[in-house]
Amino acid sequence: MDLLAPIMISIIAASTPLLFAAIGELVVEKSGVLNLGVEGMMLGGAVIAFIVSVETGNSTLAVVAGAAMGAVMASLFALLTLGLLANQVATGLALTLFGIGLSALLGQGYVGTPLKALPKLSITGLSDIPILGLVLFGQDVLVYLSFLVTGGVAWFLYRTRGGLILRSVGENPQAAHAIGFPVIRIRLFAVLFGGAMAGLGGAYLSLSYTPMWAEEMSAGRGWIALALVVFATWRPGRVVVGAYLFGGLTLAQLHLQGMGSTAIPSQFLNMVPYIATIVVLVLISRDATRIRMNAPASIGKVFHPDG
Amino acid sequence: MIALERRPNTSRFWLYATPLLAVILTVLSGAILFTVLGFDPIEALTAYFISPLRDSYGLGELTIKATPLAIIAIGLAIGFRANVWNIGAEGQLTLGAITGGGLALLFYGAEGPWLPPLMLVGGMLGGAVWAAIPAFLRTRFNANEILVSLMLTYVAGLLLSYLVTGPWKDPMGFGFPRTRMFGEGALLPTLFAGSRMHIGFPIALATVAGAWFLIARSFIGFQIKVVGLTPPAAGYAGFSNKRIIWATLLCSGALAGLAGAIEVSGPIGQLTPSISPGYGFTAIIVAFLGRLHPLGILCAAMLMALSYIGGESAQIELGLPLAVTGVFQGMLLFFLLASDVLVHYRIRLRLTREAV
Repeated sequence: MDLLAPIMISIIAASTPLLFAAIGELVVEKSGVLNLGVEGMMLGGAVIAFIVSVETGNSTLAVVAGAAMGAVMASLFALLTLGLLANQVATGLALTLFGIGLSALLGQGYVGTPLKALPKLSITGLSDIPILGLVLFGQDVLVYLSFLVTGGVAWFLYRTRGGLILRSVGENPQAAHAIGFPVIRIRLFAVLFGGAMAGLGGAYLSLSYTPMWAEEMSAGRGWIALALVVFATWRPGRVVVGAYLFGGLTLAQLHLQGMGSTAIPSQFLNMVPYIATIVVLVLISRDATRIRMNAPASIGKVFHPDG
Repeated sequence: MIALERRPNTSRFWLYATPLLAVILTVLSGAILFTVLGFDPIEALTAYFISPLRDSYGLGELTIKATPLAIIAIGLAIGFRANVWNIGAEGQLTLGAITGGGLALLFYGAEGPWLPPLMLVGGMLGGAVWAAIPAFLRTRFNANEILVSLMLTYVAGLLLSYLVTGPWKDPMGFGFPRTRMFGEGALLPTLFAGSRMHIGFPIALATVAGAWFLIARSFIGFQIKVVGLTPPAAGYAGFSNKRIIWATLLCSGALAGLAGAIEVSGPIGQLTPSISPGYGFTAIIVAFLGRLHPLGILCAAMLMALSYIGGESAQIELGLPLAVTGVFQGMLLFFLLASDVLVHYRIRLRLTREAV
C-alpha cells in the first residue's frame, strides 16, 4: 500500500501534459480545424515557460508565458489556414517543424540549467490523509487546472449557446455562415485556445514533470495528444480516460526500467507508448461508422464563404 | 476592406512564382533574425548561402545532402498528390539504413561489387516494409496514416538505438554506440577526386526522371492524380482507393529506405544512433516547395541542402547556432503556404463595405 500513492502521483504527472494538449486540440477539431502543430506548440510553450522561470523566478509568470507562446504560435497557424486559406495538414506540419527549430534556438543557452519544480499544494490536514491525501490535495496547481479546463470545456461545448455555435461551425460552416455566425472568428478563438492549452502542456513538462529544458523534450507527446482526440471520439470525458491510460502506460514502462529488469532492453520498453498509440488508433478507427458519426463533419476543410 | 475572390482557374504564373516569393521572404526574415541575434545580417547571409558554394568540395557536399532529400521528397510527393500523408519518411529512412547497413555487416570481409547494389535494394525493402504497416492499418482498419507513420518513426529510432548499443555494437569501438566501419567494398564509389560526391546523386537524378515518367505518362500516375483532385470521380471510374494507398505508401517507403541505405553506405559508412539530421521531415518541405513536381523537387532539394550546409558553415564562421537551420526551413514552408493563396484566389480591395 505504501507504493500506491507515489504510483498514482506519477501517473498524474505523466498524464497532465497529454490532457492539456488533447483537450485543447479537441476544441480546435470541434470547430472543424485540424491543427497538426501540437508538438511544435508544446515545445514552444515548454521552452518559453522554462526561460521565464529561470530568468524571473516567478512560476506563475512562467506558466502564463508558456500558454501565451502556444497561443502566439497558434495565431500563425490561424493566419495561414483561416486568413490565407492554406492547407491545414501542411500548415500544421510546418508549425511543428518550425516549433522544433525555434525552441532549440531559444533554449540553447538553457540546456542543463537546473530549475526547482513547481511547488506542490499543501493543505494542512487534508494533504496528510494517508494515500489519498497527497494524491487529491498535494499536486501542483497545473494538475488541478487541467481538470478545471476539461470540465469547463465539457460544460461549454454541451451546455452553453457558445458551445452549440462552435459545434455547428465544425459540422457545417456554410450553414453557420448563412445564419450569420462569424465562422472565421469562432475558429480563430478555438485555434488560439488549443494553442494556449498545448503551451500549458509544454509548460508543465519543463516546469514540473522534468524541470529542465532539452531539445525535443516533448518526445512525440503532441502527436499522442492528437491520437487521443480520435481515441476519445471527440468527447472531453473520454480524453481524460485516454490521457490517464497513457500516463499509466508511461509509468509502467518507466517502472519496469527502474526495476532494472535487463531481460528487455530499455529501447523496447521506450517503444511502448508509441506502439500503444497505434494499437489504440486501430481499435477505435476500425469502426468507420463510429468515426464518421463522431468526427466534426467539416474537419480539415478550408472554409471560404463562396463555397 | 481586403477580400479574397476565388479565381476561376488556378494561376499558372503564381503557381511557379510563389516558391521564389517564399524564398525571398525567408531570406529577408533571416536577415531580421540574424540582426536580432546580434549578427551583421549581410555577413551572416553570406556565410549561410554563399560561402558553402565557393569550391568544388562545397558543391560536392551540396549534392550529398540533396540526394536523400530529393529521393525521399519524390516518394512523398507521389503520395501527397493522392492525399495520402506519409509523415513517417524519417522512420522508413531509418529502417532502410538498418537493413542496408545490416547487409554490410553481414557480409563484412566478403565484399564484392555486388554488395552495394544489394544494400540499396535491401534498404528499399526495409523502408517499404515499414511503410506497409500504415498502409495495412489504413486500408484494413481505417487508422490515420499520419499518426501511425509518425509513431513508427519513434519506434524505428529506438530500434536503431538498440541495435547500435546492443547486438551490432562495434566490440573495438571504445564503448561508443555505433557499429564497426563498413568494409571498403560496401561503400558507394565517389565520382570525382577532391569531392565526396558519390554515386547516390546520379541515382537521385534517375529517381527524378523515373517519377516524372510515372506521373506524366503512366496509368497509375493518372489514377493517383484523379484520386487526389476529385475522389468521387475516381470512385465512378472504378479506381481502387485502397490500391492507391498501398502503391503510394510502398513507393514512398521504398524511396525513403533507399535514401537511408545511401546515407549509410555513402557519407557515413557505419550505423550510428543518429544517421539523419531530419531528412525525412525536411523532405516534406522539399516536396511542397517543388510543387510536387519531380523537377521542382530537384531544385527544392538543392536549396534545402544549401540550408543544411549553410547552417554548418555559419556555425563555423560566425558561431551561429545550428538550430537556425530548422527555423529557416520552417519559415520557408510557412511563407510558401501563405503565398499559395495567390494561386487560387485574387486579393481585392473593396473600398466600401457591402450592404448586407
